[in-house]
Amino acid sequence: MKLNLALAQIATKLGDVESNLEKHLHYIEEAKKQKADLLVFPELSLTGYVLQDLVASVAHKPTEDDAVFTHLLKASHDLDLVVGFVDEDSRHRFYIASAYLSGGKVLHVHHKVYLPTYGLFDEGRFFAWGDSIRSFDTRFGRVGMLICEDFWHASPPYLLWLDGADIMLFSSASPGRGLNDREKLESARWVERVSKAYASMFTSFVAHCNRVGFEDGLLFWGGATVNDPNGELLVQGPYFEEALTFAELDLNQLRRTRARLPLLRDERTALVQKELNRILSRG
Amino acid sequence: MVDLTINTEVATQILTGFIKSEVTRVGYSRAVINLSGGLDSALSLALAVEALGSENVFALRLPYRTSSADSLEHAQLLIDKYDIPSETMDISDMVDPLINRDPDISKVRRGNILARMRMIAMYDKSEVFKGLPIGTSNKTEILLGYSTLWGDMASAINPIGDLYKTQVRQLSRALGIPAPIIDKPPSADLWAGQTDEEELGFTYEQVDQLLYLLVDHRYSPQECIEEGFDEKFVNAVITRVRRNQFKRMMPPIAKLSNRTIGYDFLYLRDWGT
Repeated sequence: MKLNLALAQIATKLGDVESNLEKHLHYIEEAKKQKADLLVFPELSLTGYVLQDLVASVAHKPTEDDAVFTHLLKASHDLDLVVGFVDEDSRHRFYIASAYLSGGKVLHVHHKVYLPTYGLFDEGRFFAWGDSIRSFDTRFGRVGMLICEDFWHASPPYLLWLDGADIMLFSSASPGRGLNDREKLESARWVERVSKAYASMFTSFVAHCNRVGFEDGLLFWGGATVNDPNGELLVQGPYFEEALTFAELDLNQLRRTRARLPLLRDERTALVQKELNRILSRG
Repeated sequence: MVDLTINTEVATQILTGFIKSEVTRVGYSRAVINLSGGLDSALSLALAVEALGSENVFALRLPYRTSSADSLEHAQLLIDKYDIPSETMDISDMVDPLINRDPDISKVRRGNILARMRMIAMYDKSEVFKGLPIGTSNKTEILLGYSTLWGDMASAINPIGDLYKTQVRQLSRALGIPAPIIDKPPSADLWAGQTDEEELGFTYEQVDQLLYLLVDHRYSPQECIEEGFDEKFVNAVITRVRRNQFKRMMPPIAKLSNRTIGYDFLYLRDWGT
């Protein structure tokens, strides 16, 4: 089975959801023309990233009667979508969120569980922490979604893997930093290294879609990637500019790789649990 | 030896992208820049021209009667090289009435007056040319506070403020800034014979290496001394960075209400764009 995956590394207008929605619909149209089955947008793709006091005013609920999601849910009849937004729960907590939309339905919403609040990041000041990591079923098999800092920690991809995800969809708003004499920024090299590592260790597909554009002096570096279950890079989008990057995922590769390299079969989850219990009970 | 080498292609791509994005998103397409004849403004100019096109960057030459002839010539070299619109205004008549009010005026006060007059001229040209004022302060001088508040520090956007002077030199070479501008001793040229390194008491190469460890790599003062930097030098630089923090901030506002600008009224400049 083949999955035609598209990654839209877009620039956004900070706090202008209407304008960002228009851009989403444009890229959805373009991806549809090129026969994409699934189109992934970056973290906070509907709102922009350094929201600070804009958070409450850009929040939406992923429901049919929402002014923004009604358009996206309609579009999801043609192809599956992953969009980034600010989710407001019924008790008015705000989350950095990704929604997976398919056939007019919301299949899953992930709330970012790790909010970087150090260095140039201040997410914990403005957002609530997500508290679950779940894989979910799609028409392409079982999928897991993580947002940026989530996959800087090893446990979220590991949990998704154990929960059945064969396709991991990572989205980011990663500011470029760490310029030295190398060809790539330190932040880009780090994310590319771990994406490849997760694909290799979990013998899974790992796609990463990072946004582009500036917000004040921060430049988001783009460079979307897809790695296959062998840890081989299938495609890479350009740095620093908007692009729609396509990858054809041969889902049969999962079987071939895992027949050769049965890391999933041999994973000793009971041992992990036992040792975790011991480590955590030490107090 | 601490290595501050950067990939100049990536730096150019990011900095020209920054200028283009931050100028155009607020509805402008042009920029103005004060061209002193020194290296920092030369680099900011080169980046602005690459980002916006030569017809969209206006250069001002603003000599004072004591300014060195070299400064004016070097600025002209750049105006010719990039074929940009420009204007030369002698600011002596504008600043002397203020300077002459006090026969005992210090060099520093005079220098500050020149720097602030040049700021006024640039912002006035900004309105006429419909261009955003481009900053020319590098990371070394911002950290050391070696600049005039509301003078040469004033700008709408600053493309070179995260580059140490050493890196400004490297990037300038890569972008083809004429050698006489790169090779001459850095000077604010606020009085005859002034040079940065004599006034600061150390070379940019020395201080850049120290700042790179202290700031970029979060070395403790003790670790810097263990790396071979002189203890007095380390302490002097740290004191200088701390004492000049005020130049790197908007003036603090005394909090009275529940929501105060600067503390809990938080939006990026790019809000809504």
